[in-house]
Amino acid sequence: MKQTVLNKAHRKAGAKMVDFGGWDMPINYGSQIEEHHAVRQRVGMFDVSHMTVIDIEGTEATAFLYQLLANDITKLNLNQALYSTMLNHEGGVIDDLITYKISDTTYRVVVNAATREKDLAWITAQIAEFDATMKEQADTAMIAVQGPKAIETLQPLIELDLSQTKRFYAVYNDDMFVGRTGYTGEDGVEIIVPSEAAEALWEKLIDAGVQPCGLGARDTLRLEAGMHLYGQDMDEQITPLQCGLGWTLRKDNDQFNGADALNALRKTGINKKLIGLVLEGRGVLRHDQSLIDDDGNQGIITSGGYSPSTEKAIAMAVVDKGMNSESVQVQIRNKSLPCRVVKLPFVRNGKSLIEV
Amino acid sequence: MSYVPDNLKYTASHEWLEDLGNGIYRIGITEFAQAQLGDIVFVELPEVDESYAQEDECGVVESVKTASDIYCPLVGTVTAANDALEDTPELLNDSPYDDGWIFELELGEDADLGSLLSAEDYRNSIAEDD
Repeated sequence: MKQTVLNKAHRKAGAKMVDFGGWDMPINYGSQIEEHHAVRQRVGMFDVSHMTVIDIEGTEATAFLYQLLANDITKLNLNQALYSTMLNHEGGVIDDLITYKISDTTYRVVVNAATREKDLAWITAQIAEFDATMKEQADTAMIAVQGPKAIETLQPLIELDLSQTKRFYAVYNDDMFVGRTGYTGEDGVEIIVPSEAAEALWEKLIDAGVQPCGLGARDTLRLEAGMHLYGQDMDEQITPLQCGLGWTLRKDNDQFNGADALNALRKTGINKKLIGLVLEGRGVLRHDQSLIDDDGNQGIITSGGYSPSTEKAIAMAVVDKGMNSESVQVQIRNKSLPCRVVKLPFVRNGKSLIEV
Repeated sequence: MSYVPDNLKYTASHEWLEDLGNGIYRIGITEFAQAQLGDIVFVELPEVDESYAQEDECGVVESVKTASDIYCPLVGTVTAANDALEDTPELLNDSPYDDGWIFELELGEDADLGSLLSAEDYRNSIAEDD
């Protein structure tokens, strides 16, 4: 199994390790719920070194990313970050990713671990027509520090000044790249460092009282924040228009991969949508549970689970466009249970947004 | 190493049984089982007065990670269920052999007590993963 450079540090911190898509990763360090609360209320950290960092450079780097990505790379200011999908020619989602603008000719792209091979293959094929090069930064580690106390806890430990770095912007020097981004719905940063510097940074953060958090808490935090998980909430079989990612598509100049397919779908009618659900009674909503309403509209839960911050079972689901939000029922084992349709996100900046 | 009390009987599916006398057994899940499941957030209890065959699914324990069936370890009729678990399912994590008991069963006449594991047998069965 593949290991990140922090593998020993996880074991030292008491991690329970699991196979996560071929990576030996921490699922929790004792209690997933306590780790979740640490991020919502104070500060926690995650090893996300399994994610892939790619630098795109060249006079046509911008033009390349303008075709590759369905969001608008040209709107970025220097050091600003952008969330986007990368679509195939059928409009299906190859991956979702974050791109930072380093200069007019240099960008840093962070993609998912599980999709690394196909992403690299796709980017390699697409970049050939452009005066631009792609370089994977394989010898790096990545630590996400998240929570309302993330910035004030991290600041004294590093040389970079975070005080002028707004949300969705990055600051960096030769030793460290800090993006004020995350996957939890809280303030915080994602830090990229050379592999050999990762363990020392991790230990400093532990000493500063930062709670190490596993992939379990990462999943409940991002679900509460209404953030998509690639492979569950979207994949190559669905377009952004059908799974709640229409907001990431650029409106003007649709010369990007997959744009024609999206326009064709708009003409024939978008048949599915993404909704947020709260289970009214007792139980837990889970990935793959099926939904139905009184009119026979159907759907499937793409991500579901127990939400520690709201103490309710919550889910994101892809459903027929006409789904009647007043009569959604979920099938759990052999029972039909009523669900309430709610706006996403469920939680933002430590507060439940679910109306009682 | 998970704690496996000597005075209890066990199943391969990680239930424990305590003999309360008069053919009644108290049943829960082991410390090993709760550790494997992680933080437990929901318990669906067996219904009192319901009769089950050995290995029937009679309830569900759901953790942050997964849903796991509770199997009735022997044939019998449920005489009590631990209602406290409905509001405080974390008792299964905090006190699996005591406050976190799940239900009590009056054994049927043909209950196969010989199918249960001793504490030592159960310890051996989980040794590889413990």
